[in-house]
Amino acid sequence: MAIQVKVVERPLEDVSYIRATLRGMALTVKHLFDVTNRATIQYPEEKAPISPRWRGTHRMLTTETGKARCVACGLCPTVCPANCIKLVPGEDEEGNRYPLVFEIDEFRCIFCGYCQEVCPEEAIHVGRHYENSEYSREGFVYDLQRLMDQTHPVCEMWDPEDPKGE
Amino acid sequence: MAFFIFTIVKMLIIFTIYMVGVAMLTLAERKISAWIQDRHGPNRVGKGWLQPAADGLKNFMKEETMPAGVNRPLFVLAPALSFIPALTTWCVIPFGAPVPTRWGRIDLVVADLPVGFLFILAISSLGVYGIVLAGWSSNNKYALLGGLRSSAQMVSYEISMGMSTIPVLLLAGNVSLNSIINQQVWGGWNVVNLTVAFFIFIVAAFAETNRLPFDLPEAESELIAGYHTEYSAMKFSLFFIAEYASMVTASALMATLFFGGWDVPFTARDNIGPYSGWLSLLSIGIFLGKILFFLFLFMWVRWTLPRFRYDQLMSLGWKILLPLALVYIVLIAAVMLGLSAAGIGEGWMYTAILASVNIALIIILFAILDRGRVISPAYGRMNPKEIERMRRLDARRALAAEAGR
Repeated sequence: MAIQVKVVERPLEDVSYIRATLRGMALTVKHLFDVTNRATIQYPEEKAPISPRWRGTHRMLTTETGKARCVACGLCPTVCPANCIKLVPGEDEEGNRYPLVFEIDEFRCIFCGYCQEVCPEEAIHVGRHYENSEYSREGFVYDLQRLMDQTHPVCEMWDPEDPKGE
Repeated sequence: MAFFIFTIVKMLIIFTIYMVGVAMLTLAERKISAWIQDRHGPNRVGKGWLQPAADGLKNFMKEETMPAGVNRPLFVLAPALSFIPALTTWCVIPFGAPVPTRWGRIDLVVADLPVGFLFILAISSLGVYGIVLAGWSSNNKYALLGGLRSSAQMVSYEISMGMSTIPVLLLAGNVSLNSIINQQVWGGWNVVNLTVAFFIFIVAAFAETNRLPFDLPEAESELIAGYHTEYSAMKFSLFFIAEYASMVTASALMATLFFGGWDVPFTARDNIGPYSGWLSLLSIGIFLGKILFFLFLFMWVRWTLPRFRYDQLMSLGWKILLPLALVYIVLIAAVMLGLSAAGIGEGWMYTAILASVNIALIIILFAILDRGRVISPAYGRMNPKEIERMRRLDARRALAAEAGR
């Protein structure tokens, strides 16, 4: 016995080719003239909105005197899972610690944001920025000055008290 | 001598406008597809307007690949073979009222052949050679399948296409395209009187130009790109141009045969004169408008409807359109015979009777098309009663087996 296909009886308006075709044509022409509702984002000119918790290019915040807030405590290189932060601490005459070398390899970084979370001075941040391009791989190793020069807004960390960020 | 010069001038002008138009059509296609899909379409190269030029430049600069095992002469010849018939067809289509000049009246048609329509049928069916040869000479199974499909499709729909236009020729009493237009001046547009013929013609025209829903020869999802899988650079582009060129020609044919061609609506004098340059310009504009409408229809349908399955394609062509066209010829011939027997000549009465017959036919036809699953799904080929009987037999056999155990 051959396998049979079950034939479902459906009302005429569901099976009519002509009506289905006309309905399809009406739908497409509606979209054709719907000029206000285009899905495309014209990228270089307009940008898609990004989340306030977006974790992108790093930024080092500065004090009022223009120095890096970093006290070279060494927490961020310790917590960094990708091992991308290079920190050499220094100490000035008054005994204040400061970073002699502070480099972040943006290629190694996995943008987890742990460095920002762990920082006791709120110095290093991940930022709301994603357009990085360089001519060489070395260009992606950001030194302290470059990190301080970044101007983009920084990531707002997730707050367990306020999970939706309201 | 004047005739010779004017013909060459007309050829040059038509060719230039035609090629630029085809280039712009690729842009229009991309724009319309984009808008239908809620996108913007090309808008970078000169706000999008120079996109066809950029595409053309790219195609000229690209490397031409010659795959191993191709039949070289045919592989090179095939794009030209598909492109030339599409272009040649255009030369007999009248596109405007004659222009009076100092050197006499100039008909706005490249070659005013007395057998105009037969020429179109003959030449347009040559287009299939290019596609079949491209598919065969590529030495590629997908290309070959595309070529085979296209030959089957074109041959099938060519017949319906020719048959559907016979009522038009019957009414005009002539195969020259100008006399078909003249007939529509007094008799009204053929789409009003011969809607069924127009319906068959437009479906067949979609199939002839390999446009969706009849793009089985290309069928990206099944055959990579069908017959032009192995083509690159300008050779590929020629196939593309050929497709658009045959679209333009099919649109022009529809406008001429069923929508009154270049005739200015609601006036009768444009076929007798007096002629003037302005009248010619107006009639060209009207013809262009009709063509653009049909081109838009081609694109609109392409971005709406999915592709037919192969058996559906064949059943539509052979089981529906061809018998329909044949019956329609008989019906229209009978009506015309009756009209001439009743002594009703050219005039509003003639048109009114034809139109009313037409309305009755449309109602009957579309009632049938709407109710019957004419392009059958796979299971639809079985009679429901037969299925019912087989089910009963099956149940009885199962019962018997149960009892035996």
